Amino acid sequence: MMRRFQVGVVVVALGAGAAACGGGSADDATSAPPAPLMSPVDAATAGNIIGRITFEDTPPQPGVILMDSDPNCVEPGVTATDETLVVGAAGALRNVFVYVKDGLGDLRFPIPSESLLLDQTGCLYAPHVMGAQMGQSLEILNSDPTLHNVHAVPVTNQEFNTGQPLPGMKHTHQFTTSEVMVPFKCDVHPWMFAWVGVVDHPFFAVTGADGSFNLEGLPPGTYTIEAWHESLGAQTQTVTIGEQETGDITFSFQA
Amino acid sequence: MLLHLFALLVAATTALLIFAGGLVTSTGSGLSVPDWPNTYGWFMLTFPLDKMVGGIFYEHSHRLVASLVGLLIVTQAAWLWKAEPRHWVRRLGYIAVAAVVTQGILGGITVLWFLPAQISIAHAGLAQLVFCLAVSIALFTSAGWRRGYAGGHTPLDGDRPLQTIAILTTVVVYAQIIAGATMRHTGAGLAIPDFPLVFGSVVPPYWTPAIAIHYAHRVGALVVSACVLGTAGHVLYHHLGRQELRRPSLLLLALLAMQITLGGLTVLSGKHYIINSLHVVTGALVLGTSLVLTLRTCRSRFAVTEAGARDVDTLRESNRAYESSGEWTPTPGVPGARV
Repeated sequence: MMRRFQVGVVVVALGAGAAACGGGSADDATSAPPAPLMSPVDAATAGNIIGRITFEDTPPQPGVILMDSDPNCVEPGVTATDETLVVGAAGALRNVFVYVKDGLGDLRFPIPSESLLLDQTGCLYAPHVMGAQMGQSLEILNSDPTLHNVHAVPVTNQEFNTGQPLPGMKHTHQFTTSEVMVPFKCDVHPWMFAWVGVVDHPFFAVTGADGSFNLEGLPPGTYTIEAWHESLGAQTQTVTIGEQETGDITFSFQA
Repeated sequence: MLLHLFALLVAATTALLIFAGGLVTSTGSGLSVPDWPNTYGWFMLTFPLDKMVGGIFYEHSHRLVASLVGLLIVTQAAWLWKAEPRHWVRRLGYIAVAAVVTQGILGGITVLWFLPAQISIAHAGLAQLVFCLAVSIALFTSAGWRRGYAGGHTPLDGDRPLQTIAILTTVVVYAQIIAGATMRHTGAGLAIPDFPLVFGSVVPPYWTPAIAIHYAHRVGALVVSACVLGTAGHVLYHHLGRQELRRPSLLLLALLAMQITLGGLTVLSGKHYIINSLHVVTGALVLGTSLVLTLRTCRSRFAVTEAGARDVDTLRESNRAYESSGEWTPTPGVPGARV
């Protein structure tokens, strides 16, 4: 009886060990064929899609984030505000992820060699919304004098939860599947969220303070463009551009 | 006597652990410590106190209390092994050790596998069983149990209906706790946002899996209430003079009222973390009280070697005599004594 129990414990413990190896910061190797080294787009004919995104209702007052649960996060005189809905001048809507959702066909693109940075500073993720190309390295840095856990909760990619107890700690991850969007959170500080849009091409952008975006270097064609916002949802538009043309579109969100 | 007091301490600490576990889920802190058994690379007991911030406070506190409970249960098993003459009580102590070790491993797997609902529900369900074991051991080591609740009363053998409904109540309460854990770990706690009605009605006007789980928990509360009222009513009507039955019955009624109130407040407060956690631990207290009542109603069904024990040596001697002869002579003056 006791022996069977001991065997059971060992089996369960081994299972837990395997889970620890598989569920942590280890990055999965992709089974897809290697990405090309050169872009398939002819620069001589490439065009752009530009635009602006606005919020048409009365913008709410940004909520204040209370960080009292961790004294290390509270800086005297500094008030952190919620970045869920940030509206600038003339209704400019910030933190909208814009990308080519459809229209690129079977084109495949090289993976950028430069890494992206998702920082944790002031007990907030910075930037709040960003894009990454599939396979591109994403470095997640702890710049705070406190500990964070970097917890990505994707649906199709591999979930991971990595502790960063010391300032300066860095974790690098590559996403293996397109996914719009991958939420990031910190379970230590429940107000911390970030969103990373993962696509298999380089045609994406995030709107800044003026609500504008620019998708550069697109081959001539007809594209479905999606604009995604974390609280207002997603909208799509279809736009056609010819050789060296620039398509101009606008998105308008309402509460 | 000291062993009984220690067993009571184990049971109380286990209830505290269930409350701490409720706080972890209620505050969404289950993954705030991403590694296990270490804490951010530190050995659990050496993790700096000043780093217990945010969700780490709840998760790491839960681990520390769990370690304390594990230590107490191992100590209890050793104590039982040393001092307890009844082999089945000693065995309960060993089972409690196995259960708490399994519970710890389940907790670790829950963290390492990112809180899968099935594992989390199993973790919650096993926690209640560990608590039941602790309560049972505390009861079995009590003076009242060992005396056989002597007091001139007739044995309860003739009251099979009471035994049946008491057992049924305990089983139903446990099933209701599992339903609650399922609701809790599938995020269905606010799937029905009003209370006591359901979307302004008695039956949901439409169904989703979350609404079905939540509604099942509410229906379960009605079934539990009926069972508790039946059991307590039977005791108060037929056995009012039996203190060992009357007290847990009255306590059960009070806990039931408190539990239903806490359940309603959990919904109406939008799952306030303190109220939610009190609802979890009160559920455990309802289960533990129902279990005590059930065991007491079934007292005469147990082998009563303990009933006549004057001391450990006497009992061991009588056990040896029984094992060698194959016959049992009841200790004179011990009510209800039988094999």
